[in-house]
Amino acid sequence: MITVENLTKKFGTVTAVDRVSFTVEEGTIFGFLGPNGAGKTTTISILCTLLSATSGTARIDGHDCTREPSEVRKRIGIVFQDNTLDKELTAYENLLLHAYLYNIPGRERKERIGDALRFVDLYERRNEQVKKFSGGMKRRLEVARSIVHQPRVLFLDEPTLGLDPQSRAHLWEFISTLPEKHKVTVFMTTHYMDEAEICDTIAIIDRGTIIAQGSPQELKRQVGGDSLFLTTTDNRRAAADLKALLDLDAEERGDELVITVSGGESYIPRVVQALTDRVLAVRLRKPTLNDVFLHLTGKAIRPETTSSGEEMRNIVRTYRRKFDNR
Amino acid sequence: MKSELNAVYVVIAREFIKFAREKGRLISTLSRPVIWLFLVGGGMSRVVAPDDMGVPYMQFIFPGIIGMTILFSSIFSSVSILWDKEFGFMKEMLVAPVSRFSIVVGKALSGTLLSTIQALIILLLFPFIGLKLGAAQIFFILCISLVLSFCIAALGILIASFFENFESFNIIINFIVMPMFFLSGAMYPVSLLPPVLRLFTSVNPLTYGIDALKYMVFTEKKILTQDFPLGMDLAVIIAASIIFVISAGYVFERRK
Repeated sequence: MITVENLTKKFGTVTAVDRVSFTVEEGTIFGFLGPNGAGKTTTISILCTLLSATSGTARIDGHDCTREPSEVRKRIGIVFQDNTLDKELTAYENLLLHAYLYNIPGRERKERIGDALRFVDLYERRNEQVKKFSGGMKRRLEVARSIVHQPRVLFLDEPTLGLDPQSRAHLWEFISTLPEKHKVTVFMTTHYMDEAEICDTIAIIDRGTIIAQGSPQELKRQVGGDSLFLTTTDNRRAAADLKALLDLDAEERGDELVITVSGGESYIPRVVQALTDRVLAVRLRKPTLNDVFLHLTGKAIRPETTSSGEEMRNIVRTYRRKFDNR
Repeated sequence: MKSELNAVYVVIAREFIKFAREKGRLISTLSRPVIWLFLVGGGMSRVVAPDDMGVPYMQFIFPGIIGMTILFSSIFSSVSILWDKEFGFMKEMLVAPVSRFSIVVGKALSGTLLSTIQALIILLLFPFIGLKLGAAQIFFILCISLVLSFCIAALGILIASFFENFESFNIIINFIVMPMFFLSGAMYPVSLLPPVLRLFTSVNPLTYGIDALKYMVFTEKKILTQDFPLGMDLAVIIAASIIFVISAGYVFERRK
């Protein structure tokens, strides 16, 4: 559905996107991951025909994004990083103008808008001005608007940015059902690694280049597997027994023994059996995409990943400190 | 073609819905010309003697005040493109499968209609300043207002397309709109200006619009109030409109 080959975009001397290549299969969710400023939005802008590429090609459904922009525009829907609704208009009016822009025939307009609004649970509030909506509702309305014209590909650029955890979860419920319910291929960017778990394929981009591609499972496998944390009556003896009986390398980390294996759950019964009665606690930790990013780049994804709740708490803390100092 | 007309319709419908919803906007845009007409015009009438033909100053500036209404409301309407750029709605239109030119034309037409409505409201004040206008005169004044509004709205879009955010708004008002108003013959006859400033008035489309309005308001007294023949006024406005709207469309079409 989307084919990108050696795509490069330069702004003056700065190379924002450097020879990026990937393909997105029809009906899948593709995640474009990376820290802020990695080149995600630039890539989306080229695919959405808002920017032209310096070199390389990008095609959507066989149409070149630079040379056939109007063919591409007919086939895509977009939820931009920042809100593009008209806040003075009602939810219904926003979608109605959209239906006109995409030349949806008169008799279908009302029904399609109604369906889209019901899909995101906003039908009851269709006649309210958008400025009265919460951040999460605005995002959902944007998702509704972007599917009114039944696009083949839907772009979601940081769809959950700035939303509270509850609204985020609510929004993902809708997004994850999009390919099936609306026959659409989803291309999304995010820097929340946990959100990328729902993707079928992920490409990780850092400083304008793609550093890894694959399914979330494949990427996590690169990290080396799951971590099994054991607390035993005697860690040193247990480690020796594990080596002898199961040929597992256990590492002592604080009060715990750590074993790195793939398919960690299946090892739990074997380990417990091998160490008859000496296991006090077992803890399994699956690698996250954050671990993948850390593994690939040697750094954690930049601090923007703190949840908005966390940020809020930090702000409150800072203010408290200021008041206390008085 | 149908989709392009739809795009024009979307832009106009949106502007009209918003205009109707913002109650204060009409009052605030109409208050400026009313204040100028009665406070500046009324006050200056005591200082400036009526000209040889017996036209009092308050009546003399009336076509200029209609021109002012058109200038400000058309420019405000076009410059709302900067709001759209800043608050995102522009992106929604730019990724839609319609040409940039339709967006520009829609914006220019909505500016035209909104500012002609406002010009009509100001025009209907004529009995209060002792003018007598016939139905035919009012009709032709409205026709000129339509053409002039389109021209200024297109110019506004062209100007706005060179700026990225709303902070530039003050620059546009202070360095483009205000000089355009004062160098248009609205407040004093162009022929009284020094040659350097007259050069500026001759490249100002508003000069020709106000000149044409004067022609219609003072049908019988053409000596001091009128600077160019009516045909020339209209030709210049129409030619300028076409140039502005095409260049604005071109600037919009350009991709980085």
